[in-house]
Amino acid sequence: MAELILTPNIDAPDDFYADLLAAHEGLSKTESDALNARLILVLANHIGDREALAQAITAASDQG
Amino acid sequence: MNKIFEIPLYAYERSPDQDAPAPVRHPVVVIGAGPIGLAAAIDLAQDDVPVVVLDDNDKVSFGSRAICFAKRPLEILDRLGCGHEMVEKGVKWDVGKVFFDTRKVFEFDLLPEEGHAFPAFINLQQYYFEEYLVNRVRELQDAGKPIEIRGKNKVEAIGTHDDHVKIEVATPEDSYTLEADWLIACDGAGSPTRRMLGLDFVGRVFEDNFLIADVVMEADFPTERWFWFDPPFNRGQSALLHKQPDGVWRIDLQLGWDIDPEEEKKPENVIPRLKAMLGEDVEFELEWVSIYTFQCRRMERFRHGRVIFAGDAAHQVSPFGARGANSGLQDTDNLVWKLKLVMDGTAPDALLESYDFERIQGADENILNSTRSTDFITPKSEMSRILRDAVLDLAEEHEFARPLVNSGRLSVPCTYDGSPLNTADALEDGPARTRPGAPCPDAPLGDDFLLPSLAGKFTLLTIDADAPDHFEESGIEVTRLALSVKDDKTLALKQRYLGVAPSAVYLIRPDQHVAARRESWNENIFRTAVRRATGQE
Repeated sequence: MAELILTPNIDAPDDFYADLLAAHEGLSKTESDALNARLILVLANHIGDREALAQAITAASDQG
Repeated sequence: MNKIFEIPLYAYERSPDQDAPAPVRHPVVVIGAGPIGLAAAIDLAQDDVPVVVLDDNDKVSFGSRAICFAKRPLEILDRLGCGHEMVEKGVKWDVGKVFFDTRKVFEFDLLPEEGHAFPAFINLQQYYFEEYLVNRVRELQDAGKPIEIRGKNKVEAIGTHDDHVKIEVATPEDSYTLEADWLIACDGAGSPTRRMLGLDFVGRVFEDNFLIADVVMEADFPTERWFWFDPPFNRGQSALLHKQPDGVWRIDLQLGWDIDPEEEKKPENVIPRLKAMLGEDVEFELEWVSIYTFQCRRMERFRHGRVIFAGDAAHQVSPFGARGANSGLQDTDNLVWKLKLVMDGTAPDALLESYDFERIQGADENILNSTRSTDFITPKSEMSRILRDAVLDLAEEHEFARPLVNSGRLSVPCTYDGSPLNTADALEDGPARTRPGAPCPDAPLGDDFLLPSLAGKFTLLTIDADAPDHFEESGIEVTRLALSVKDDKTLALKQRYLGVAPSAVYLIRPDQHVAARRESWNENIFRTAVRRATGQE
């Protein structure tokens, strides 16, 4: 069981963030919502580990 | 031509009980001559337990209703003497396709595993299913077995007592009183028995309506289950197309919550919907139209003293996954052998408590699966729809998303993990699918199959292991079935029951669930296991 990584783990974080914004560039709210949903699913599958996913959902929910 | 559901198959006849000076006591009364009630009655009568089935109607179910029957219930029906008729008449299918808008996003093949007597699924109208059960009742009657169906016998009141149940019955002629040592209530989701006893039935209501139209047509659609999310002919909703025998097709269209069911049922409204789906030129005839809503709920307990609930009367699920009738048949399969042992005094009353444990576990599994399917098919919020559509969009191109597509998780039998009847698993590295609590998977046995040899009694299945051919423990007879992997040409027995173990001894219950297993015979351990499996430990 993997422990969810909650310390900095992305190379060149500014570049990643720019990529994320660029993907949403010019999209309507509906299209952006759909893109985010697909992205969550793609990333979740990459992580795979149910324990890490559950921790991720908790970590995201706690900040709301 | 009259359809079978228009002919009274168990017309009202006056019973001598109606003219008896005092209420006549019967060992078992079953309320409801639907699939579950008839299965319970046949199971009892086969073993010479007298049973009377009361039904307020005199015909099989009106319309096709339940149409998908899974392998495990077919195996149970085989034990009841009518599994093969169902399969011969039914439509076998393996392939399911899922469409999103106009695109096919996913296809599954049930890929039936080799070495089973029964197919993964058949489609068969409920009225045929009930007709074959009624035929089996007649066959048992001809053989002198104590089974009776009383049509147009409507139960009006039930009085519960410590050692019996009193039942007031209305008939077309008059009312009379019956007594039963045991009452099995199989009177459906709206169970009048449940209402009369003031018992709970709580769960989740789904705010949605579905239109079922069974149509007769000559169509060249393949024998596959087709499911649509958001198709052009039913925007924003779902649709299902599935084949039944006699050129009958099941069409199921989601309508949404805010509709007028009486209006939607009218042929002038149904036919344009079907033409939009099937094409203007396809000729069809409506056989049965119905609008349903559904709930996922169950009783807190299925057993209330001398009254025991089974099937939809005890638990209700959405139709996605074919978990209604299929699970009801597993209820009575679980119940009847226990009831017989309690009735003849072999096992204590505690054995019946395990019916609650095991079948509530089964019901909860079905409710969970069916609720999740429903949440996927009919998203309840904007975000759940966005996520659902994202899954469907991704599934077309990416394999990873396909397991998330949920158009119904098809009925599989429950493994009774943690049941008080189980003995801890002692077969090291044995296959998980045959652990204690699991239903035995079938396997070829010479020219025949394994399961019929395990039916209706306690069996000691030995594979390359020594054990006595017969023993008796606390009133329970156990007979050995000795097998060897040397005769196991397909290796199915080895894969399903041994895994890497060199040998195995299994104690198998009359309902073909595993009670205990280990590598070799041990008298003390297996005697204890028999007592535990019958509530005596």
